[in-house]
Amino acid sequence: MLGYIVQRILAAIPVMGFVALFVFLLLRLTPGDPAAIIAGDAATPAQLAAIRERLGLTDPIHVQFINWITDLLRGDFGVSIISGTPVINMIGSRLEPTISLALTTITLSIIIAVPLGVIAAWKQGTIIDRLVMAISVVGFSVPIFVIGYVMIQIFAMQLGWFPVQGFRSITEGLGPFAQRIFLPTISLTLLYIALIARITRTSMLEILNEDYVRTAHAKGLTDTRVLMRHALRNCAVPIVTVIGIGFALIISGVVVTESVFNLPGIGRLTVDAVLARDYPVIQAVILLASLVYVVVNLLIDIAYVFLDPRIRYQ
Amino acid sequence: MSDTLLDIRNLGIGLGGDPAHEVVKGLTLGIQPGETMCLVGESGSGKSLTALSVMGLLPKALAPTRGQILLKGEDMLTASSKRMRGLRATAMSMIFQEPMTALSPVHRVGDQIAEVLDAHTNLDGKARRKRVLEMMEHVHLPNVESLYYSYPHQLSGGQRQRIMIAMALILRPQLLIADEPTTALDVTTQKQILTLIRELREEQGTAVLFITHDMGVVAEIADDVTVLRLGEVEETRPVDALLRQPKTPYSRKLLQAVPSLIPRPPRKLNDRPIVLQTTDLGMTYESSGWFRKGRSVVAAKEVNLTLRQGQTLGIVGESGSGKSTVARCIVRLIDPTTGSIRISGTEVASISQRALKPHRRKVQIVFQDPFRSLNPRIEVGESIIEGPTNFGVPRRKAMDRARELMELVGLPGSALDRYPHQFSGGQRQRIAIARAIAMDPDLLVADEAVSALDVSVQAQVLELLDDIQKRLGIGLLFITHDLRVAAQICDDVMVMQHGKVVEYGPAATVLGDPKTEYTRALIEAAPGRDWDFGNFRPVSETMAAMKQQQS
Repeated sequence: MLGYIVQRILAAIPVMGFVALFVFLLLRLTPGDPAAIIAGDAATPAQLAAIRERLGLTDPIHVQFINWITDLLRGDFGVSIISGTPVINMIGSRLEPTISLALTTITLSIIIAVPLGVIAAWKQGTIIDRLVMAISVVGFSVPIFVIGYVMIQIFAMQLGWFPVQGFRSITEGLGPFAQRIFLPTISLTLLYIALIARITRTSMLEILNEDYVRTAHAKGLTDTRVLMRHALRNCAVPIVTVIGIGFALIISGVVVTESVFNLPGIGRLTVDAVLARDYPVIQAVILLASLVYVVVNLLIDIAYVFLDPRIRYQ
Repeated sequence: MSDTLLDIRNLGIGLGGDPAHEVVKGLTLGIQPGETMCLVGESGSGKSLTALSVMGLLPKALAPTRGQILLKGEDMLTASSKRMRGLRATAMSMIFQEPMTALSPVHRVGDQIAEVLDAHTNLDGKARRKRVLEMMEHVHLPNVESLYYSYPHQLSGGQRQRIMIAMALILRPQLLIADEPTTALDVTTQKQILTLIRELREEQGTAVLFITHDMGVVAEIADDVTVLRLGEVEETRPVDALLRQPKTPYSRKLLQAVPSLIPRPPRKLNDRPIVLQTTDLGMTYESSGWFRKGRSVVAAKEVNLTLRQGQTLGIVGESGSGKSTVARCIVRLIDPTTGSIRISGTEVASISQRALKPHRRKVQIVFQDPFRSLNPRIEVGESIIEGPTNFGVPRRKAMDRARELMELVGLPGSALDRYPHQFSGGQRQRIAIARAIAMDPDLLVADEAVSALDVSVQAQVLELLDDIQKRLGIGLLFITHDLRVAAQICDDVMVMQHGKVVEYGPAATVLGDPKTEYTRALIEAAPGRDWDFGNFRPVSETMAAMKQQQS
């Protein structure tokens, strides 16, 4: 078991290495002088020289790469060209809103979507099933900004139950935090409910035809027990996979939701950095996103071992 | 018949509960306490559906249309779902054909048995565990303490079926319904499971409704037999009476279709050219990883065989004996690790895929499951001509040939533009054979090609293979676990165990006068070996009659 985990972690290292190389080359292989790109159109030759010196662009390329990687491993992601603050600090301050939103959204989605999917599969073809499917079609097809603005219009502006925008840290108290995270969570959740409910329903439909579900009925178990303990438990692998990937998607930035609700998260940071061509920040955000995907996939792989004994020790 | 335990009266089962579309049509049968009733019939006869309807577990698309199912006088068809839940596992239990899929793969087997106690008794966790362990010992499982915590995939097929039986009988129900419980098992395991069922029946006084298509199993276990055909009862008789004097033509036909264990007389083929010869053929599976030790499994070792034109060689053995591995090596679906394979004189064991391509035509294979070996999205005609056109035969010519082949295998040539699902299992296997023959092979490999078929269909397909062999003179390599089939069709027989050849020689010698313990055990385990079904008498009487004729 431990060996399996260690093996998985070791296998993740080359992946991160490739990503780092790509991110490094992104700047170096862009046509033209990276210093010129970084400095912008209005830079003087003296400024360019200073930037070259600072980036170490005068060194051979492999030395540059080694220096850059060493810096990364020490946690030094460079300094933002626009604000001059260290990139690591910029990202750090943006993590909380994004992670908060990811956790609330995924939790709420699971609580609502999994039972919906199970019931839909159990009552396949009935009005309940069609209703669940209709909800999920709506969830997939209505753009998040539409849901977001409609909710702001109704609940924030007309009813005044929630603030229109903004974010408060949970350290400032649960009330203000919850008030501000509620609407963005709801708008984003609809999409994830659609996704998770659908995958749950599809997997359940397949599992409900399995012989062991018939065996479970033949043992005289109640329907609820057959559904939850036998069928749903056997669907865990695909459901957990979708949940994990959904989580990674939110962490690596939900630009629209963060913009609509003015949440100072990773998504907004990415957009701002791209618009300002703030290369050190872009590099760091790409690295962060890939790290999140690698870690989440690692966790999913480890979860498989617990969810399905047949995968163990392979 | 007040003491009748299960009394099925005039049962009808229809699609969507529609009396106009019945699949079971007015079935009546009764089982006394402690009795074993065999329900036999071919696929589509409604035997499984009858069993499932007793348990109230019919698939959603089907519903009873008429009749009664009385268990100790109580009608199962009108009982509430709550009442049915209460009766399952306590008054009636069921075990299924495929013990791998019938157990949940993600729960420990001990817990799966304990769940029955949890649902129907008030025992606490400790008492439950104790009862489960006792029951596991009772069905002769080894090391029950550690086996309790195993998952189904860690057990053998026989052990899994024992778990199923433990689960079914732990609350001592009066009725056990066994739906083909040994069909997916090896003969030796089958024999053990049949013995176990018989033993528990005697001890607990359980009545058994035993569903099977195998007359051998019937002869082993039944008190009474009900023969079903297309949802209707043909006849219900005590087993001995049925085997000796079947009343209806259908029962006669079923019994006559059971292949005899007495081997066919050998044919003189020694002067024919050799189509296949292997020397020290071996296959070892290596698994290795970055961070762990490699493991190797010897799937086949030192296999030497010779097959001549027009000859049939059977490879028999239990699952895991390596017989399919040998077949797959010969067709080069997998690459053997050692040894040589010569097909019509050409060495093919180690040549590259590219060099192999022209030789692919000469060897063709027919697989076990015709439902899965034909592409469901392609018309059967296209499936048949795909090989020849790949080798440069013009499309129209290949299609004409396909039409001839369809007729050769007993299907209308006009059926070429249909899809596989429009054919029955036996017809599909015929198509698979036509597809293989279309390549004009020197060698046809049949890997359990008749195992998934009903006996009467099986007999037809065997006849077809024999006929094709006579006409085209091809060599036939026949992989089977069924000694009856092997005795019927093979000139030579090779017995394999754990990847090694145990015995190899003419069928009459190997099956008639086995030299090794293992072969003897295999023959001994063949169900109903005391019966000569085709002649409606025990083998002993056949032998006596033969002796009398000779003297």
